Formats: sequence, C-alpha cells, structure tokens
Amino acid sequence: MRRPPVREYPRPNHIRDYPCGPHFQAGYIVDKAAGWRLERPVIDVRQCINCLRCYLACPEGAIARQANKVEVDLEFCKGCGICVHECPKDLIHMTAEGT
Amino acid sequence: MNNAVFSSRNMTEQEFFFGHKACAGCGGALAVRLALKVLGERTFAALPAGCMSAVGFIYPQMAFGINAIISTFAGTASMLAGMAAAARAQGLEDVHIVGFAGDGGTADIGIQALSGAIDRGERIIYICYDNEAYMNTGTQKSGLTPLGARTTTTPDGSVVGGSTTKKKNMFDIVAAHGIDYAATASIGYYQDYMNKVLRASQCGGTAYIHVMAPCPTGWGIPTEHALTIARESVDCGLWYLAEYSQGKYRLNQRPETFTPVEDYLRKQGRFKHLQSDDIAQAVRDRDARWQYMLTQWSDA
Amino acid sequence: MMKQQKYFVSGNEAVALGVQRSRTQVVTAYPITPQTVAMERLSEMVADGELRTEFMLVESEHSALSAAMGASAMGTRTFTATSSQGLLYMAECLHYASGGRWPIVMMNANRSVALPWSIFGDQRDSLSLLDSGWIQVYVEDAQEAFDMIIQAFAIAEDEQVLTPVMVNLDGFTLTHTYEPVFVPTQEAVDAFLPPYQAPVKMDLDRPLNMAFSSTPPNNMEFKYQQHQAMEAARPVIAQVEQAFHAHFGRAYGGLIDAYRCDDAERILVTVGTVTGTARQAVDQLREQGQKVGLLKIRFMRPFPHEEVARALRHARAVGVLDRDISFGYEGTVFTNVNSALIGNKVVPPALNFIAGLGGRDIGVEDIEKMFERLAAAMDGKAAKRVEFIHLGVATDE
Repeated sequence: MRRPPVREYPRPNHIRDYPCGPHFQAGYIVDKAAGWRLERPVIDVRQCINCLRCYLACPEGAIARQANKVEVDLEFCKGCGICVHECPKDLIHMTAEGT
Repeated sequence: MNNAVFSSRNMTEQEFFFGHKACAGCGGALAVRLALKVLGERTFAALPAGCMSAVGFIYPQMAFGINAIISTFAGTASMLAGMAAAARAQGLEDVHIVGFAGDGGTADIGIQALSGAIDRGERIIYICYDNEAYMNTGTQKSGLTPLGARTTTTPDGSVVGGSTTKKKNMFDIVAAHGIDYAATASIGYYQDYMNKVLRASQCGGTAYIHVMAPCPTGWGIPTEHALTIARESVDCGLWYLAEYSQGKYRLNQRPETFTPVEDYLRKQGRFKHLQSDDIAQAVRDRDARWQYMLTQWSDA
Repeated sequence: MMKQQKYFVSGNEAVALGVQRSRTQVVTAYPITPQTVAMERLSEMVADGELRTEFMLVESEHSALSAAMGASAMGTRTFTATSSQGLLYMAECLHYASGGRWPIVMMNANRSVALPWSIFGDQRDSLSLLDSGWIQVYVEDAQEAFDMIIQAFAIAEDEQVLTPVMVNLDGFTLTHTYEPVFVPTQEAVDAFLPPYQAPVKMDLDRPLNMAFSSTPPNNMEFKYQQHQAMEAARPVIAQVEQAFHAHFGRAYGGLIDAYRCDDAERILVTVGTVTGTARQAVDQLREQGQKVGLLKIRFMRPFPHEEVARALRHARAVGVLDRDISFGYEGTVFTNVNSALIGNKVVPPALNFIAGLGGRDIGVEDIEKMFERLAAAMDGKAAKRVEFIHLGVATDE
C-alpha cells in the first residue's frame, strides 16, 4: 500500500469508544481532499520520461509512481499546480474542474 | 564530509505524511513528506504547535504513518531528547528521532531547548521548515522574517513599512555549538534536501537542517510557484545551500551570477510595498553575507 | 516482613533512593533550591553505577517535563523534580502531561513564589496548580517521601489511572532535614513494583499519532476521561497502600490521616510537615483536657471530600491552616475543605488561618492560638474568617 486507505470512523457512542488519551492509530484517514480543488492536473503520460520530479515535488504525495509513468491520485490532489512547473518536458497542465 | 546521495529511484513507495490538511502548495508539508520518505518507518517524529501539527493530527484524521507526537511549542527539541533517551533505555536500535518545527518554533520560542539538545549531543534530527513568519496563526513576524517583509504584525504602514529587523542566522547559531551536522536547504532543491536528510540520519549525533519552505498563503504567491520561488531565493543569493560538520563549512552552490533580487521580491505580495532603497538594502545585505561566507569559511 | 536497611538521610535523599529503588528508566533534571540535593544524589548514583537510568541534564524546567513526556510517551518509567518558580515555568507541561495520560512521577519541593524572592517554604507553588490534572500528595517526613515515590509509580501507572503524580515535600523543613529511613532491598521493591508496561505508547509495531488536536465535538470527552481517571485513583490509592503495607509494614491512612478526631470538638486541618507541630500542640491541649483534634490531608487531588466531611462531622468548629492564600479570597485548602463540608451537609463554623508564608515559622504556640480562635467561634463569638497568623507588625485591621 503506497498510501493509507480511506476509512470510516464510526462516531463513538460510549466514552469507552474513545481512545485512552488523545492518541490514535497512525495513518488513519477518513477525509479526502478532492473538494479543495478548482483545477486538476492532466499529465500527457505518453511522452513521460519517468523522471519522477512531479512525484517528488507533490506536497500531498498524490502522484503515484507506475511502471513507466506517473498517475495523479485525484482523491487527494489539492490542485496546487506545483507539478506543472516541475515537469522538464512540459507534459502537465491544469484543467478547470467540471470541464 | 559525508557525500551520501539519496536515491529517489529506490525510495519507499509508502507515504508517511498523507491526508494532511495543509494549504495547497505548502512547502512545509513537502519538507515533512520527503524527509519521512528518506528516514522510513522506524522513525519517531515530534512536531510542536504550528502548521504541520495543526494539519496532521486532527482527530480522527491522523496524517502521520509513523509514530508521531505533538510537542509543546517551546518543547520540540526537549521532547525529542526525551524520546531519544527512552529509545536508548529500551534498547531500540536503527531508529530515527526527528523533529519538524517552523521558524517561530525554532528561532524564537524553541531555541533554548534546541541549544540544550545540541549541547548534549542528542541523537536527534531537527528540521526547521522556515516560511519566515508565524503562518499557522495568520502570518505574524518571527525572528526569521526578513527585513521589510509585510506580516500582520509588521504591516505596510504610512510610517513603518514591514519588518524592521533582519532574519536571524540560525545556521551560524547552530554551527557555533559545534553540532555534528548542520545544513541549509531549500524545498525547491529537493534532491539536495533529501541528500541532507540522509546525511543527517547518518551523522551519529545531533543534526539540524534549515529548509526554506515557502508558504504561498503568507508570501502572497500563487500556489503553483511555491517551489520555483524557493529555488529563486537560492538563485538570487538571499538564501544559500551549505553544510557544516566536524568544524568545517561547505557551500553546496556558488552561483557565478545571482538572478536579480528585485525579481524575487516583486513576485511576492509581502514585499510589494518595498521601495528601491529597500531593495538596494537587501542586495547589500546579500553581498555582505556572501562576502562573509566566502572569506570566513576558508574551506567552503 | 522484608528486611530493610536503615539510612540516615534528608527528604531529598529519601526521594533519590525511592527513584533508584523504582528502577526509573529516564530521569530529567534541572536544579532549583531546595530540590537540588535530590538530583545531586541521583547524579552520584549514576556516576557510581548504582543507578542505571538515562539521566538527562536539561536546560530548563519546561524542558525537564517536556523531555519526561517524550520519554513517557515512548513507554518508559520517568521521573523529574522541581520547586516553586520551576514548577510555574513548567506549568504548560503539567496540563500537557496529564492530558497525555503519561504516568510521570515528579517531586516538588514546596517553596514560596516570587515576588518577593524567597527560597523558603510555603505551598503556594503546587496549590496554584491544583487544576493541572495531576494527583497531588503531600508527605510529612523522609520515610513517607521514600515510600510515596514508590507508591506514586504504582498509582500513576495503574491502567485505570494513567495520570501523573506530584509528590510534595515542604522545602527545607523536609527536603533538608535528616531522619532515619528504612529502605527495603531492590528485590523487595521489584516484587511490589513490576516494570512499567505502557498500555498506550509509541510502538514500532503499532504506531500512534499522539497528543492530537480535537474539534469541539470530540474535546470534552477527553477531559471527562481525565476526571474519571482521577476518580478511579481513589480506590487505587487505597489498594496500593494496602499492598505496600503488606510488603513493607508501613501505612499512612490513605487520602487523609485523622489524629484524635473521634471526640474532638475543635479540629484543625493541615497539609504537610506542619502537621508534626500541630500534633504536638494537640497532645499538649489534650493533656489540659481540651477536646481538640487534627486532620492531615495527604492528597489534595483527588480531593478526599467524603473523608474530610466524615472526619469533621461532629466538630463544633473547624480551622484550616493554609500555607498559601488566593489573594482577595482565602486559602485554597480552606476553599476545598469548605466545599467538602457543605457538599456533605456538615456546616460547623470554619476559620482560615494563613500561616508560614515564605518560610515564616509556625510554632506550637501559633497552633494553640488557632485552637483558641476556634473555641471562641464554637461559642458563637465573632471571629475573623481569614486571619494571617504571626504577622510581625501591627496592621490597621
């Protein structure tokens, strides 16, 4: 697993359902970040040289390494656009959401 | 000096700082994410009150995939030291104890504990992600806010325009302790930053990394330019990439020519009000600093 | 009963011995008078190989408790010590440690708080932090100090409790006074106090994100848990004392210790070493046929409200000796005792005696004067509700 799964968190009904003190399981993710985004990155993967700069530069860790390409995890991309400027081949551009 | 280079080809697939609620384009979030990818899962992290703890530990959303804890604002280094002591007491080996604190948490309220930890030679890695103001509370001036920068507590007024103090030199302060390893970095030059995190983890003692990590929200720049502006701060010479270990300094980059300081400043909302005199002052300060580094760091 | 070796040590040194016998894994230290000797003895034990612990000389009291929290969060038995200004300097960490449910044990040498500067004793430091979520116990002599360090770990580490414990020793009068102390062997203490097995800690196999932030829908529940844990400490304190008694033959009465209270008409409530002086005064007055008694409060948190009300229920007048004052009202112990009395529908006339601030001596004659005031109150005569005892000058009051 490259990133933690998104899980349900059942709202506690009894005080015993809470953890003992403000300490909880590492990497427990309940919310996605997709709703933050106004634009999303689109990568022209056919010409991707797999340099991994966009993968490294993403503050969200929302770009996944694949065999010979990269892929944006649109559930967690916040649409910052950093990756656009990291691509040495200029293969990433932003597209408005809803288009 | 250790010249180890981190291979981003072979780095772990796992994300250890994921699902956080940092603003889009956050330089600090990237500094945390990449450092944890270098250090791996046998890492214990402490973060004081500040952006990265505020966005990473909002119950029940836990963004750290490794053991992590929020420390008091002043207590990053002291809590790390206690964690390191406990790791020794329990015979835990091959673990990393790392802290991520902002500029205020490091250069202002946390400097006492940091100094003590370096003095004792604690086996900890302390990473200061510097976005040049108290961003978590809404951009107030810190000891690392540069001269002239507009913050909410150093407004661009009709009498006084922006910060009236210069940026504290944490790298020199830390090196003056005779620390085992210290480095400056820029999140724009992330390969260099990851190399330094690796060297910090191998130094066998106390390590300090000061990484310039722009905050688009506080700096008044588009989110997409967080890393390009971070690189530009180095390219124009206002920031520098350096290392210190075993009593010696090393400059990692010595630009033949600097890009214009004015271009760097004019791109940012926080410097919009600066006059040409102010920019000339920034250039003079830059030149003096480089003069100092090139002459005083004989082995640089 | 186990064989115990007799030492002749100060309160500070008794604490150090208690820390050693508890096999404390991490100790953080920053010096402040009158706590320093405890840390010096621990340093010597480490230097001589008599104590295997991670001994950290930190840069401030804030760091002392911050480091202790880091160590405790990793699952180690952890101790620190402080006093007065130092306790106040780490105040933020006190709330943090109890909120984090880290069973740290801390000695506090009760000392006055500046201004004016004074290195001498009163209890304004710890009493001003009653609300910080720590269990607070006040000991009377060096033996009790030693015994309570060991018991404090057992109480704090109980899974129902997981709350830090502050063991309070009056500065100088106890920290620097030499007394015989019986110290059991390491094996005997090991049998009473097993190694700490943290139920919640940073663990490589089951990593945690600790000390998280909560939103309003999930905050009060954690505070409720802390309150519950403090309430759960009441029976645990009793159980730990019983077990301690079975192992070592000593007991202190639990949350309170009542002395000659059964038929007493007038009872004085005390906290800490002044109890010794008060006991002497009670004995003298009893010899004169006066029906007086003494109630020592050992634990200020959890507060023994039922025990206090029960011990005072037949008294016709109650006095509370406070070595502190909340300016503009009254002593903090008095406030707590009154609340317990009213809550349990026990309402004798009650007077507050503010004494011994900044190391001012409290003599047997001062205690006798307090009982005189109580006699007047018992007879329905007007009395000052809050009175400073033994001021050295005349006032306009």
